[in-house]
Amino acid sequence: MEAFGLLLHGFAVLLTWKTLVLMMVGLVLGIFVGVLPGLGGPNGVAILLPLTFTMDPTSAIVMLSCIYWGALFGGAITSILFNIPGEAWSVATTFDGYPMAQQGRAAEALTAAFTSSFIGSLVAVLLITFLAPMISSFALKFGPPEFFAVYLLTFCSFVGLGREAKHKTVISMSLGLLLAGIGMDTVSGNLRMTFGSPELLRGVNFLVAVIGLFGISEILLTMEERLALRGHAAGISLRVVLGVWRDLPKYWVTLLRSSFIGCWLGITPGGAIAASFMGYNLAKRFAKEPESFGKGRIEGVFAPETAAHASGTSALLPMLALGIPGSGTAAILLGGLMVWGLNPGPLLFVEHKDFVWGLIASMYLGNVVGLVLVLTTVPIFASILRVPFAAVAPMIVVSCAIGAYAIQNAIFDIWLMLGFGVVGYVFKKIGIPLAPFTLALVLGNRAEDAFRLSMIGSGGTLKVFWSNGLVGSITTLAILLLFWPVIDSLLARVGLTHGTRATSR
Amino acid sequence: MSQTDIEIVVDDPTAPEDDSPSVVSSGTVEIVICLLLLALAATLGYDNWRTGASWDATGPEPGYFPFYLSIILGCGSLYGLIATLVSHRATRETFVARAQAGRVMAVFVPTLLFCLVTQFLGLYVASFLLIAGFMRLVGKITLWKSLLTALVFTAIMFVTFDIAFDVIMPKGPLEAALGR
Repeated sequence: MEAFGLLLHGFAVLLTWKTLVLMMVGLVLGIFVGVLPGLGGPNGVAILLPLTFTMDPTSAIVMLSCIYWGALFGGAITSILFNIPGEAWSVATTFDGYPMAQQGRAAEALTAAFTSSFIGSLVAVLLITFLAPMISSFALKFGPPEFFAVYLLTFCSFVGLGREAKHKTVISMSLGLLLAGIGMDTVSGNLRMTFGSPELLRGVNFLVAVIGLFGISEILLTMEERLALRGHAAGISLRVVLGVWRDLPKYWVTLLRSSFIGCWLGITPGGAIAASFMGYNLAKRFAKEPESFGKGRIEGVFAPETAAHASGTSALLPMLALGIPGSGTAAILLGGLMVWGLNPGPLLFVEHKDFVWGLIASMYLGNVVGLVLVLTTVPIFASILRVPFAAVAPMIVVSCAIGAYAIQNAIFDIWLMLGFGVVGYVFKKIGIPLAPFTLALVLGNRAEDAFRLSMIGSGGTLKVFWSNGLVGSITTLAILLLFWPVIDSLLARVGLTHGTRATSR
Repeated sequence: MSQTDIEIVVDDPTAPEDDSPSVVSSGTVEIVICLLLLALAATLGYDNWRTGASWDATGPEPGYFPFYLSIILGCGSLYGLIATLVSHRATRETFVARAQAGRVMAVFVPTLLFCLVTQFLGLYVASFLLIAGFMRLVGKITLWKSLLTALVFTAIMFVTFDIAFDVIMPKGPLEAALGR
């Protein structure tokens, strides 16, 4: 029960007026960001990151993670009331959430969404509390080859398991890795791909790219799709909340199943989007009358929301324990850690106990406070959507520019942000996925350093990646995953021929 | 059931009709993007080859990784190029319709101008101009509302970043005249 003692210590770090105020500010900003169309989890966190530059790391991460929880809660509001998913992982919530709102059961649907979000995150946080210290102490034995193998596994699983066209994932990832390499080479000190430009010496900052790719491009897309909202406003009364909570035990199987799916997909880089759909589909398949789904069934809200939040939260587990983000937002938080001068990875648990356990404790507290906050303030936040988009759009542009500039105090970064905005817009429209690009940009240098350090250690032979059982099996698994589509179709063909032979006999 | 249900309807006054003609097809855009990426891959690949992309006694030279990544990027874009040219179905889909392109430009051009103005007059002046101008010209919102919103938002940003959190933004002649 060492983790429990450390967690209590985390709460002690957290319980100062300053951190509690920052927590509330973060939650409110986060819900705001989640409700506004054209902003969401990853870019909201990226834009608000500069606010935290002058804070100490613990306050900073508490505020940022609360923005993240707030954004997760906020996404549900628009999907249920307006049938507009604030986030891709809220799409499945609209299937039953919006019909419920149409039937006048908006308050019930919202309560269900918030409560199940809370349960999903709670399960994931419990997992983090007990599993993260174990994984990180195991990972402390990792040397450069092991780390490189884990990075390789992350990259390969994106290519092999992603649903997009393979060559587009490869384009996106190699472009990200290339841009990560611009600037000073950390091992040799040589300049790479700068073409004599002093602006490129700094390299392409990951956060600037994220603000452009997600923030600016989202504004362009939202404008293009023409915004017309039509929906319901709802206040939540205590009676409705208690009514939904009283029925909760009836749905324990759905909640548990979705939490499990979410945690699993959050840790592996599958993401919250897949989790929410899978949670919804499984709930439908196991239901007694599946045809009632999509017509306003409360389980249809419980299942995807629980899974999405379990996944969104557990994506922080590999980030904390190994320094590998499981989602876009986790990648930005990782970028934040580096800005505050912390080195993400297993050593974090040893060198910065206050920070790690403060963060974990803030996950518990942030979720409880967030739940109360959204339940009481839904009408206020829903009315934000009455503000015309013509006023919101330029404000988001200004916030993006402030965020991009503040990272390195460079005007060049504002231009870079604009460029990435255009790239993001075009890529999204022709189906080049942005997640592998983001991941490659944030992990590129670390992966290359790990590779070259292993090479220096081994005298330049690739055999080091199969030098012991651990690193060997991770590397082999990575290569298997990379070629998974090929292997899968081969297996299917072999299985098929066996099958036909069996029937012909 | 809650008694506070009211309907919120938000319509965009600038919204034009649907069924507007296509400006460019997805296939054309994909081909252009693939060609651009190929050119980028070639440039970066050449630069890294010059830096040194071989494998010496201590392992890879600085240009080794980026050089081979450029090759991977090149192969990926080449594949994309061929795949798009071969498939006829995808090439004819609309990438963007004229009305859509107009709306995208309505937000892109002001953003571009905003970046330009930031460079010379500082971020806060640019922000005021962008918000007021965009609300008035694109959103067709009354002048006093536009000016007031722009002023209040810019002031909040200034107080939050420059004063409360000590994150200093680029300034121009106006701030210099006011002694900041």
